[in-house]
Amino acid sequence: MYNFSYQKVSSVADAVEAMQKSEDGKFVAGGQTMLPTMKHRLASPSDLIDLAGVGELVGISVDEETVTIGAMTSHAAVAASSEVQDAIPALAKLAGNIGDPAVRNRGTIGGSIANNDPAADYPAAVIALGATVTTNKRDIPGDEFFIGMFETALAEDEVIVSVSFPKAGTAAYMKFENPASRYAIVGVFLVKFIDGVRVGVTGATACAHRGMRLEEALNGSFTADAIDSVELPIEKMNADIHASAEYRAHLVKVMTKRAVEACA
Amino acid sequence: MQTISMNINGVPVSGEVEDRTLLVQFLRENLRLTGTHVGCDTSQCGACVVHLDGVSVKSCTILAVQSDGCEVTTIEGLANGSHLHPMQQAFKDNHGLQCGFCTPGMVMSAIDIVNRNGCDIDEATVRKELEGNICRCTGYHNIVKSVQAGAKNMGG
Ligand SMILES: Cc1cc2nc3c(=O)[nH]c(=O)nc-3n(C[C@H](O)[C@H](O)[C@H](O)COP(=O)(O)OP(=O)(O)OC[C@H]3O[C@@H](n4cnc5c(N)ncnc54)[C@H](O)[C@@H]3O)c2cc1C
Ligand code: FES
Ligand code: FES
Repeated sequence: MYNFSYQKVSSVADAVEAMQKSEDGKFVAGGQTMLPTMKHRLASPSDLIDLAGVGELVGISVDEETVTIGAMTSHAAVAASSEVQDAIPALAKLAGNIGDPAVRNRGTIGGSIANNDPAADYPAAVIALGATVTTNKRDIPGDEFFIGMFETALAEDEVIVSVSFPKAGTAAYMKFENPASRYAIVGVFLVKFIDGVRVGVTGATACAHRGMRLEEALNGSFTADAIDSVELPIEKMNADIHASAEYRAHLVKVMTKRAVEACA
Repeated sequence: MQTISMNINGVPVSGEVEDRTLLVQFLRENLRLTGTHVGCDTSQCGACVVHLDGVSVKSCTILAVQSDGCEVTTIEGLANGSHLHPMQQAFKDNHGLQCGFCTPGMVMSAIDIVNRNGCDIDEATVRKELEGNICRCTGYHNIVKSVQAGAKNMGG
């Protein structure tokens, strides 16, 4: 990896200032994506601004309606949180199945959604639950956060502060995982709200998206069979050595059916 | 270059590193603590697992400067003189290694597994928890047996 200048900051304001002063800086959270990317020389920032010392970014709080998770909260902390397990068990389970224990001890929710890997788990939950991403500048609705492959609505000097998930609804996350990395070949996060169903799909396309056709079918009849007649756009599906586009389309339906059964 | 200090295996150390120096490089090259291995350097194999402030991390995927001020435990810090840690002893007793390259990371991960899951852990839990550690030799069978036995030994 090319050398860079590292600095640790202790507040969001300092992080933003350091970023604005840097030539081509990057924030680092858990580093579980950033450092491998730099080793491959796919990124070579001039500066790495470490958010690990920013206390205000860590922690989980729960009120009547929402579970709010600080951007620097590790996957391990979310998985082990009894508050998250009680309020949105599917979210705790999702966090507990990211990568492996050592990755979960370092990797953070902010890093995961900022990175927006097409196969990452959290984005499916952010979309399906209709979460809100709070940054130092604004609140971004989950539906508008993920723009394209590794691309989000964030500006260069924008820091994710927290993600707020509504507690309402019954949720399930089903992942067909890559057995080596545990990334999602396809993952489906399904939430049954009182007034309808929301589905977040990851792994299948350039980035996580809402499964509108799946939602439509399930709002008609909340049964696994309702998924059979849904036609998914194969031309938009990812294809790689792990799974063809046709196979991914098939997996989206299978994972959705399993999620329906888990929520029924 | 930055000057960093940390507590490694109970001993305060400091040193000068490039900003890009990985924790594992600091351990192996600066401090000659070569028990921590580098298998893949791509965050997959777990040969480099150490404990940072009490929890397992892949030391090839953390910068030395990020570990500044932390408590680090490596495989060298487990034994008490010639008296092996119960988990090390279990790997020895159960033939939990062949070439031994993955073993330091396996043992460090295994202790972390026991710290989180207690001393009575079933085979399925051990296998799931070891997802981040790759072994090219054993087929894992005796590693899983070792972890279960080591867990019992750690309980006393
Ligand atoms: C072996 C392995 C297996 C994995 N398996 C999975 C898996 O199964 N599922 C899964 O979803 N992920 C998986 N991951 C990825 C893991 O979840 C990462 O932790 C995550 O993608 C990035 O989080 P991080 O905290 O490490 O971020 P970093 O790597 O530090 O940062 C990633 C990006 O986010 C930006 N960033 C970080 N924090 C903020 C913030 N607060 N505001 C703005 N920008 C920010 C950084 O600038 C960088 O561009 C795996 C990783 C590894 C190494
Ligand atoms: S050397 Fe660190 S995970 Fe393989
Ligand atoms: S004993 Fe050889 S790699 Fe595990």
